[in-house]
Amino acid sequence: MVDTAVDTPITKLTAALAARRQAGEVVVAPFLTAGDPDLDFTFQALKVAQQAGATLCELGVPYSDPIADGPVIQASYTRALNAGGTLEGVFGLAARASEQLTMPLVAMTSYSIIFRRGIDRFVGEAAAVGLTGLIVPDLPIEESSLLAKACRQADVALVRLVTPTTPPERAARIAAESTGFLYCVSVAGVTGERVSLPQQLKDRVRWLKEQTDVPILVGFGISRPEQVREVGDVADGVIVGSALVRHLEATSGDQRQTALASIAQHVGELVAAGRAG
Amino acid sequence: MATSTAPHRSYSQVPDPLGRFGDYGGRYVPETLSAALDELEQAYTEAAADPAFQQELDDLLCRFVGRETPLLFADRLTEYAGGARIYFKREDLSHTGAHKINNTLGQGLLALRMGKRRIIAETGAGQHGVATATACARFGLECVVYMGAEDVRRQAPNVRNMRLMGAEVRPVESGSRTLRDAINDAMRDWMGSVETSHYIIGSVVGPHPFPKIVRDFQSVIGRETVAQCERDLGRMPDMVVACVGGGSNAAGMFYPFVDVEGVRLVGVEAGGRSAQAGSHAASLSHGQPGVLHGSLSYVLQNPDGQTSDVHSVSAGLDYPGVGPEHAYWHDAGRVDYTSVTDAEALDAFDLVARKEGILPALETSHALAWTVREAASMPPEAVVVVCLSGRGDKDAAEIARLRGFSEELTHG
Repeated sequence: MVDTAVDTPITKLTAALAARRQAGEVVVAPFLTAGDPDLDFTFQALKVAQQAGATLCELGVPYSDPIADGPVIQASYTRALNAGGTLEGVFGLAARASEQLTMPLVAMTSYSIIFRRGIDRFVGEAAAVGLTGLIVPDLPIEESSLLAKACRQADVALVRLVTPTTPPERAARIAAESTGFLYCVSVAGVTGERVSLPQQLKDRVRWLKEQTDVPILVGFGISRPEQVREVGDVADGVIVGSALVRHLEATSGDQRQTALASIAQHVGELVAAGRAG
Repeated sequence: MATSTAPHRSYSQVPDPLGRFGDYGGRYVPETLSAALDELEQAYTEAAADPAFQQELDDLLCRFVGRETPLLFADRLTEYAGGARIYFKREDLSHTGAHKINNTLGQGLLALRMGKRRIIAETGAGQHGVATATACARFGLECVVYMGAEDVRRQAPNVRNMRLMGAEVRPVESGSRTLRDAINDAMRDWMGSVETSHYIIGSVVGPHPFPKIVRDFQSVIGRETVAQCERDLGRMPDMVVACVGGGSNAAGMFYPFVDVEGVRLVGVEAGGRSAQAGSHAASLSHGQPGVLHGSLSYVLQNPDGQTSDVHSVSAGLDYPGVGPEHAYWHDAGRVDYTSVTDAEALDAFDLVARKEGILPALETSHALAWTVREAASMPPEAVVVVCLSGRGDKDAAEIARLRGFSEELTHG
């Protein structure tokens, strides 16, 4: 590294995103539920995702009442919690993955979990296990000042979300406050695969690009290579959640290897689509 | 009479513009809903300042709901308890049989003002579902009600009534299949339909501005009670009691009293089978501050922040959180919160049925159980008002089942 700056969580994330963009590729960021069906499986899945070319991975912290999630992720969270999933376990997985993999990890977590842990404690622990950023889908900017401060102090990214229902002035404000990257939600609704993306999505992303210097990743409803190409024309990358989490629906016994192979193949196809442009 | 000259603290000047009741409340929701909540807040502020809106609502409350509801002296129950005089605020006589209609008509009118023709609601006991279906039928709005599958089973008469009024009832099979899961699914629906749908939340819970709006619409209960006490009794009550799940009948009853000195306010939560985690639904009695369903309040959750399973014999109180204003009143010491068990509530149901000829809702039976016990230790000149928040027809079959009555025996 020629960069003399001290390595911090957020610089690891920023560098990974920048490297991929400089290579002219679309960033592919898979989402995986931590601990579905168990933590070791999730580690293996992260590993194959990295090998398949994922730029970063979103680690979903299971939550009992995820109101922004559709049935696939909801069911996955329920499986993880029923299997005895805890926050300690998620942090342990993150520590192992940060040590053995190069790909940065970002946690997707409900504010309920952060608040209960204590904001400073949660962020400190997240940074200590190598998480580079947090996405908190149920925390709008008005309520986020304490968490934003803790993240700044720990050099952990706080990734904000803009949605199709966000008015322009508000979207500009959110974009300006987002660190690491900006999460552009493609559709109004919960997570889950969609057959088609809204027409206005490209215009919104182009407009958002003018509001911020951080990369823009588009998520919700993305599952197929042609969507990666379509979104990759304007955005820096895509986040793929429910479509990958579907591969976790059958993971007992012999099915584990099949599920891992499916994840690897799915991520690989999306990454390849993002290189073709 | 207070002898202190210090100005007494006001408890009614909440929430602040961010929806904070002291430390509680706020708006913890996905960004997708932010604009709709802003729109709702603005529509409500405008409506509240519009005399025509209030007049239309008042007219509906009078002619459609049957307000004002009576304040009834429960003389045989008073005699039985052997202490303070017990009065019932008869919300059970409202159209649809509970206080819930006060809120659904208000929010239905707001939906019309906002031009939203589709309504979403969640329901536990089914009372809010019925009240929402009723308002939608009256206003010609489409209505979808989410209800936990377990509650669909134990509150069957209300499910039938919702469907008869044209509402679509969607049973929720996820999680504990009760009120909390119904709220999750209602919010998920709203995430995808927010531009054309309004979510009529049924209690003083959820993100700002819902806790304020629902409290304001329900405050007609307390305002009438204040006026009736002045008119009929010539004095304020010594104590006012209401059951608390999410806390809407209690908030509506208490709010006009919070700045009245000398009136003790008591909220009664669902003590379930025992005080053990998972066996009750008493968030204020046994929970701690946390975020659930869009606001910061007292919640029942494990040390990781996962919502706990809860239990109550009454579907309407079977909820792991409580409205943020109750959390504020709790911490400020303005309202006392206590709990009674399933068994005590069931006994109170029987008692009030036989002594007063009223089948109270199981939710309400919690407030009645505590009132009867407490009244016994108060002097005979003391006055206690209990919010008789709903009628118990919906519970009669389930209670008969729990009591082991067969149809044959009841006819015997």
